[in-house]
Amino acid sequence: MLELYGISVASRLLLGTARYPSPAILSEAVRASRTDIVTVSLRRETAGSRTGSVFFELIRTLGVKVLPNTAGCHTVSEAVLTAKMARDVFATDWIKLEVIGNHDTLQPDVFALVEAARILNGEGFKVFPYTTDDLVVAERLMEAGCQVLMPWCAPIGSAMGPINLPALRSMRAHFPDVPLIVDAGIGRPSHAAIVMELGFDAVLLNTAVAGAADPAAMAAAFTGAIEAGRVAFQAGLLEPRDMAVPSTPVIGKAVFS
Amino acid sequence: MRLTVNGEDHQTDISLLSELLVALDYEGDWLATAVNGELVHRDDRPGFVLADRDRIEILSPMQGG
Repeated sequence: MLELYGISVASRLLLGTARYPSPAILSEAVRASRTDIVTVSLRRETAGSRTGSVFFELIRTLGVKVLPNTAGCHTVSEAVLTAKMARDVFATDWIKLEVIGNHDTLQPDVFALVEAARILNGEGFKVFPYTTDDLVVAERLMEAGCQVLMPWCAPIGSAMGPINLPALRSMRAHFPDVPLIVDAGIGRPSHAAIVMELGFDAVLLNTAVAGAADPAAMAAAFTGAIEAGRVAFQAGLLEPRDMAVPSTPVIGKAVFS
Repeated sequence: MRLTVNGEDHQTDISLLSELLVALDYEGDWLATAVNGELVHRDDRPGFVLADRDRIEILSPMQGG
């Protein structure tokens, strides 16, 4: 079982709730994924609309834990206030901390991220920082009190999959005991399987499921790939080699000439 | 008294945050409020006195990745 801030979860897929064609399809995808954790956000409510309540009452029917995010925040103060407002609404001290630093790549502002993480950890939050695959930043986040790291594998929504495998391998090797969740950039189930085979603990994704022609079927496909990647990592993968090695034993081979 | 609520200007005589929410038709159990960049807990809204030119943010859950 995966343990995140003392909470055990069976599923190694964390699923975003944005961009689905309809609330019904979102529900189907969450159920098909068998996820234990979904991400949610906060936005300005429109007077008289109850839009937020309608959405959150739907989420509550799904019986999953929520991980609120600070998506859209660009400064430390915005992210910290959004986290506090999320805790007030969702009654959880979990927060997916995002502080965006670049409009084109949605790359995190890692300097502001570390500062916001330090403030929020000091105020009792359980911080899930959306970060890059930079080891020094990861070290600083750990020093700031984070017990989980969520590196991207490619820009958010890009569907490129892991574009820097050596960096991800280094991160896994450098933090053998820290739960590492690949967050952002996954496009296909095979991408998820690759990072799970590297030994990552879980995958957080959204667009790859929500944007599929059949989100519920794609959610199930990701779940299968993530489980396969996890089992493969535990089973011990063969290292690639340059030369052929016969799989059939050569001892006792007949000699015909 | 002039207030800014979710970026829009409002002129009102209401002085308590909880009463402002009702008057502006913000309903439901799932709202978060901040005044001038500071969280106001839901339990503190009935006693929270607003001042002229306060900036109020009213947020609610939405889909997120």
